Amino acid sequence: MISAAEALKDFKKITPKKIPEVEMFAQGHRACQGCAEVLALRLAAKAVGDKLIAVSATGCMEIISSPYPQTAWLSPWIHVAFENAAAVASGIEAGRKALIRKGRIQDDGAKVVAFAGDGATLDIGMQALSGAMERGHDFTYICLDNEAYMNTGIQRSSATPYGAMTTTSPPGKLSKGQVTWKKNMPAIAAAHNIPYVATASPAYHIDLMNKVKKAVTVPGPAYVHIFSPCPTGWRCPPEMAIETARKIVKARMFPLYEVIDGRYVLSRDIKKPIPVADYLATQRRFRHLKEEDIAYIQSRVDADWDRLMALIKATNPEEEA
Amino acid sequence: MAKRVGLEVSLACSEAVKLANVDVIAAYPITPQTHIVEHLSELVADGHLDAEFVPVESEHSAMSACVGSSAAGARTFTSSSAQGLALMHEILFIAPALRLPIVMAVANRSLSGPISIWNDHSDIMAERDIGWIQTFAENGQEVMDLTLHAFKVAEDHRVTLPMIVNLDGFILTHVIEPIEMPSQEEVDAYLPPFEPQQKLDIANPISMGLVGVPEVYTEARKAMLDALEKSYPVIKEHWDGFAQQFGRQYNPIETHHVDDADTVLVTMGSLGETAMTAVDEMRAAGRKVGQVRIRLWRPFPSGDFLDAISGAKTLVVMDRALSPGADSGPVATEIKSLIYATGGGPYVADFVAGLSGRDVTREDFKQMVDKAEAAAAAGDPMTFEMWGVKE
Ligand SMILES: Cc1ncc(C[n+]2csc(CCOP(=O)(O)OP(=O)(O)O)c2C)c(N)n1
Ligand SMILES: [Mg+2]
Repeated sequence: MISAAEALKDFKKITPKKIPEVEMFAQGHRACQGCAEVLALRLAAKAVGDKLIAVSATGCMEIISSPYPQTAWLSPWIHVAFENAAAVASGIEAGRKALIRKGRIQDDGAKVVAFAGDGATLDIGMQALSGAMERGHDFTYICLDNEAYMNTGIQRSSATPYGAMTTTSPPGKLSKGQVTWKKNMPAIAAAHNIPYVATASPAYHIDLMNKVKKAVTVPGPAYVHIFSPCPTGWRCPPEMAIETARKIVKARMFPLYEVIDGRYVLSRDIKKPIPVADYLATQRRFRHLKEEDIAYIQSRVDADWDRLMALIKATNPEEEA
Repeated sequence: MAKRVGLEVSLACSEAVKLANVDVIAAYPITPQTHIVEHLSELVADGHLDAEFVPVESEHSAMSACVGSSAAGARTFTSSSAQGLALMHEILFIAPALRLPIVMAVANRSLSGPISIWNDHSDIMAERDIGWIQTFAENGQEVMDLTLHAFKVAEDHRVTLPMIVNLDGFILTHVIEPIEMPSQEEVDAYLPPFEPQQKLDIANPISMGLVGVPEVYTEARKAMLDALEKSYPVIKEHWDGFAQQFGRQYNPIETHHVDDADTVLVTMGSLGETAMTAVDEMRAAGRKVGQVRIRLWRPFPSGDFLDAISGAKTLVVMDRALSPGADSGPVATEIKSLIYATGGGPYVADFVAGLSGRDVTREDFKQMVDKAEAAAAAGDPMTFEMWGVKE
C-alpha cells in the first residue's frame, strides 16, 4: 500500500472558487434549525461526490434523513444499528473487493464512508471502529461530534466537555455537570497507525471538505473528527452555530490538524487565542460554571495545545533544523 | 463426480462453503464453531477459495460486516455458537428486515451461565424470532447438504432472506464421518452465482434501513413475515432439486414408523439418530412407537408436522433448552399451541434433556416413552420434566 503522502502528491484542492456543485445529501430533511451536524454531513458528502457509498450509525443524522418512504440520501446509503457503522462499512469494502477481484463487478471507484455521532464513535462503537481501522479496510470514518447523545435527548457521552450540562450530567449540589475531560478520539484513531486522521469544523468549510476529500483519496482507513454544534442541545441560538464552531477553534479548544502517515500537521495556527470563557459564554450548557471552573478548563486547554505542539515537533524532526 | 471421504463435520461445512464459492466470510472464533472458520481461513490463505476472510473483533461486528457485504452484493457466510450468537442478537433481526441472504452455520452450544462449551440448543432457542430460515442437521452429510441448500434458498429471488443451518456442537462438529463430497461441477449445476435483487451501487443509489414510523412499521414487519412464509415451497422445491442433482432427499419433517404409531418421539438435531435406534428397538419389542424429526424449524412446517402425528395418542417431545418460567421447553410450547388450534390431538409430554452435552441414551428414550405413556393413560397433567437431574 502506498503512503498517504504519496497518494496525496497530486491532490487537487477544493477552493472557494471550485466548490463542487454536486450534492449527495438533499434538502428537506428534518434536522433542527441551525444544526451544524447536518451542515458538516452535507459538506462532507459533497466533498466525496457521486462516488459515495454512505453508512450511517443510528443517531440524529440517520433519523432526520430517512423517515420511510422519504430519504435525503442521493448516494447509496445503508443504516443498520448504532454501534456498528465501521463494521458495516468494512463488510461493504470487503464484499466489493472480492467481487471486483473475481470480475463480478466493475471497479467503479466507489468510496465507502461511515458517518456516526460522538456516542456511536467514542462510546458504543469504539470497538467496531478500532477493529475496522486495525484491519486496514479502505474506508473513511467521519465522526460528527455534537458532544452528547442528541437523538435520545441530550445525554452525556465521553465527548461531552468538562462542566457541560446534559440530561445525564446535570449540575447539582454535588456536581458541576460533566465531571470528566473529553476523550481524545483523534489521538486514539492515530494510535492505530492509519494513513490519515484529521479534525475539522464546519466554520472552516473549505478546510473541512479538503480533509474529507483527502480521507477518501488515501488508501486504507481514514478518520475525520468534525466538531458539530447543536444549538438545541447546547442551548445556544441557532444563528450562533457557525460562530460557535469558529470560536472553539480560535480558543485553541478544538485545534484543526491532520495526522498524515503519523506526522502531525497543524491546519490553522492560533497565534492569539481568545479566552475559553468567550467560547463558553454563549452556550447555556455552561451557564452554571464558576470562575474557578473556567480557569481550570483554560489551564487544561493550554496544556492540551502545548502537547499538540510537542507532537507536531516530534513528528516533524526534519523541519526543526 | 462425487467422492466419499472421511472428514470432520466442521470441515465438511467449510468445504460446502468453498464449493459455494462464497465471496466474503466475516467470523469470530468460539468453541465449538472454531474448526469451521479456521478451515475457511486456510482455504483462503492457500488460494483454494477466492474470498475475503474478515477477521472481525467480535461477533457483533461479524454479523454487521456480513450485512454490509451482503448489501454490497457479495455471497456471504459466517458461523458462530452460544455467546457469539447472543452477541449478534441485535443485528440478527436486521438482516432479514433488509432482505439479505446471508448464510450462517450455528454450532449449537449452551448459553452461559454457568459457562459451558458443550452442546444443547439454548443458543438458537433464544433466536427463534429473528426472522431467519432455520434448518437442523443430524449428521455430517446433512451439514454439507443443508449448507449448499441454504445458499440456494436464501438467494432465490422469491425468498431473499438469511438462513441458518444448525449443527450440534461437538456431537457433530468434532467427529469424523464418511461424507459424500460433491464435485464443483455438480455444485455449480445446482447453485448459480449470486445475483442480488438490490445492492449498494453508485450507478443505482438506493437507501436501505430507513426509519419505520408507527404508520409503516407494522406493514414492514408483515412484509418480512410474508416473505418467510412464502419461503416454504421454495425450501421444498430446492430440496427436491437437491435430490435430483445429488440423490439425497430432504423434507421439512422427517418421519420414522409414524403410520401406526401410538406414541411418537419428537426430536430436532443429532439426538434424532439415537432416538431412531431406540424406536427400532422398541418396535422390535412389539411397541407401537414412531419418530418425527423436525428438520425445518423456521418457518415451522405446521401442516407437515400435524400430518405426521395425526394418528398418535402420545407425543414425547425432546427439548434441548429451557424456557424458564414457562410450562414447557420452547419446542413443546410451540407444538402444544399448534395442536391446541386443531381442537383435539395427543397428550404431549415434554422432556428437557441433553443440556450442555449430557448424554441421552437409547435407554433414556425408552424410559421417557414409558413415563409419558403411563402419565397419558392415568390422565395426568401434561408432563414437563428436566430429565436426569441429579439429586
Ligand atoms: C444499542 C443501542 N443502544 C442505545 C440506542 C439508543 N440511541 C439511539 S441514538 C443514540 C445516541 C446517539 O448519539 P450520537 O452517536 O452522539 O449521535 P447524535 O444523535 O448526537 O448525532 C442512542 C443512545 C440504540 N439505538 N441502540
Ligand atoms: Mg452526538
